[in-house]
Amino acid sequence: MNRERSSIFSRITIYALLLAGAVAMLLPLVWMVLTSFKSFEEVLASPPVWLPKRIRWENYREALTTFDFIRYFANSTLVAAVNIAGTLVSCSLAAYAFARLPARGSKLLFALLLSTTMLPAQVTVIPLFSWFSALGLVNTFTPLMLPAWLGTNVFAIFLLRQFFVAIPKDFAEAARVDGASELRILFSVYLPLSKPALLTIAVFTFLGSWNDLWGPLLYLHDESKYTLPIALLNFVGLAGQARGSPWHLVMAVSTVMMLPVVVIFFLAQRRFIEGIAASGIKA
Amino acid sequence: MAQASRRSGESVWFWILVAPAVLGFLAFNLGPMIESLYLSFTKYDVISPPQYIGVRNYTYLIFNDPAFWPSVIVTAVFAAVSVPLGLISALAVALLLNRKVAGQGVFRTIYFLPSLLPATASGVVWVFIFHPTFGLLNRLLYFVGIEGPAWTQSVTWALPALIIMSLWGFGQPMVIFLAGLQDVPDSLYEAADLDGASRWQQFRNVTLPLITPVLFFNLVMGLIGALKVFDSAYVFGSTSGVGPGGPARATLFYALNLYQKAFSYFHMGLASAMAWLLFLAILALTAFNFWLGKRWVHSE
Repeated sequence: MNRERSSIFSRITIYALLLAGAVAMLLPLVWMVLTSFKSFEEVLASPPVWLPKRIRWENYREALTTFDFIRYFANSTLVAAVNIAGTLVSCSLAAYAFARLPARGSKLLFALLLSTTMLPAQVTVIPLFSWFSALGLVNTFTPLMLPAWLGTNVFAIFLLRQFFVAIPKDFAEAARVDGASELRILFSVYLPLSKPALLTIAVFTFLGSWNDLWGPLLYLHDESKYTLPIALLNFVGLAGQARGSPWHLVMAVSTVMMLPVVVIFFLAQRRFIEGIAASGIKA
Repeated sequence: MAQASRRSGESVWFWILVAPAVLGFLAFNLGPMIESLYLSFTKYDVISPPQYIGVRNYTYLIFNDPAFWPSVIVTAVFAAVSVPLGLISALAVALLLNRKVAGQGVFRTIYFLPSLLPATASGVVWVFIFHPTFGLLNRLLYFVGIEGPAWTQSVTWALPALIIMSLWGFGQPMVIFLAGLQDVPDSLYEAADLDGASRWQQFRNVTLPLITPVLFFNLVMGLIGALKVFDSAYVFGSTSGVGPGGPARATLFYALNLYQKAFSYFHMGLASAMAWLLFLAILALTAFNFWLGKRWVHSE
C-alpha cells in the first residue's frame, strides 16, 4: 500500500522533471519561431510582446529575398548531395575489401584508418589549405567535397564493414561461382542487404555537411559560393543596422536552415539514435 | 593452384577497392600531419617558403605569446564546468527515460534534437536569447525581478553564456547513456528489489558500476570536444558585435585562437605548434581512456 503510493508519487515526479526539461529544451526553438513571425517593432517592444499580433509570413519572403538565399540553399544542397554520394561509394568499396577480401596488411591498414578519428582538423588544416591554394582550388567547392570521395569518413567504413561481415559468405560464393566480379558482388549482393547502414551514413553525412561552418569559412570567399552557415553569419553582420540586426528576419533564416534537419530527423529518427549509440558501443 | 590464384586475385581486388581510402588517408591525414609537424618548427606565412627555427614557436607560445595562456584558461574553465554539468544532465535524463515512461519516444526526440541542429543557426538563436535588452533570458529574468547582465558584452558573463548554450546540446551523451542503461539486465534490479535496496542504493551499486565504461567514454569524448570548441565561440563573437573571442578574450577558445593565428595573422608555424599541442592533449586523453577501460575490465 505504502509502496504503491510512493510509486505513484515517484511517477509524478519523473513526469514533472521530464516535462520541465522538455520545456527548457524547446523554449529556444519556440522563441525563434515566434520571433520569426513578429514585426520588428514587436521584437524591440518593451514591455515584451510574447506572441505576434499577426503571423507575418511575409518576413520569410523578405528574409529569403533580400539575401540571395535560394542560391545558398542550393549550394548547401549541392555540397551535401555530392558528399553523401562520395561517402557511400568510397566507403562501401573500402568496407567490402576489409570485410571480405583477405590481403596482407589489411588489419594494420584498418587500424591506421580508424586512428585518424583522433587527429583533429586543426593539425591538418594548414598544409591542406596551402596545398589547395597552390592548386588554385580555394574558392571552389572541391576542398569541401573531395575528402568524402576518398573514404575519409572512417566511421562509415567501420559501420559498413560490420554490416558486411554479418552477411553470410555463401551469398558471395554463389555469385562468384556464377562468374560475378567482386564489384558485381558488392553492388548486387552486399549493398542491397545493407540499406539500413547506408541510410544511417547518408543521414550523418548530410548533417555533417549541412552544418559545416569550418570548411566554408576557410575555403569559400565569394558570396555567390556561400553555403548556408557562412551566409547566415554574413547576413547577421551585414544587416546590422542602427537599431541592431533585424532579428525577426535572422530568426526566419535560422528556422529555414534548421527545417531540413528536423524533417530528416523525424523521417529517420531510428537511424540517428542507432548511429550515435553505435559510436559509443564501438569504444 | 586454383586456390592460390584466387587468393592473389582477392588481394589484387583488395588493393583496388581500398585505393581511394588509402589515397584519402595519405592526402588528408598522414601527409598533412607530417607537414604540419614540420611547419611547427618553422616560421611560415604562406607567401614565402617556411624557414626552420627549431622549437622557437613552442617556447614563444609558452613564455611570450599574450593570447596562448588566456585561450588555454578559457578552454579549461569551459571544459571543467560544461562537461560535468552536461554529463550529469545527460545521465539524469537518460535515467528518467529508462524508466519505461509513457511518451518515452517523444521526450527522447525533444532532448536529442537540439544537438543535431546546425551550430550556426542555433548559435545565432542563442545570441539573440542573450541579447541584453531584447533577449528572452533577460526578459524572463526581469519578470522575476532580476536585472540580467549584458551577457554577450560582459567579460564576466560571456563564457557562462557559452556554457549555458553548450548544455542545450547534451543529446549525444544522453543517447549513449540510454543505450548503456538498456544493457543493464532487469534481473539485477529485481534481485536488488528483493533485497530491499532503495532506489539510490540500486543506482549506486547496480547501475553505476555497470555503466562506468559508458560514463568514461562520454567523459573523454566530452573533454576532447571541449578542447576543440570552435563553431559556437566563432558564431557567438561574430554575431554579437564583440568580434570572435571577445569581449577582451573572454571567449577566446583554444581552437579559435589557433584559427586566428593561422588565418587572420598568417602565423602558420605558430598555429601549427598550437595544433600539435592540442593533438598531444587529445592523445593523452585517449590513452587515459584506454587505461581506464583496461582497469575497469580487470576489476570486474
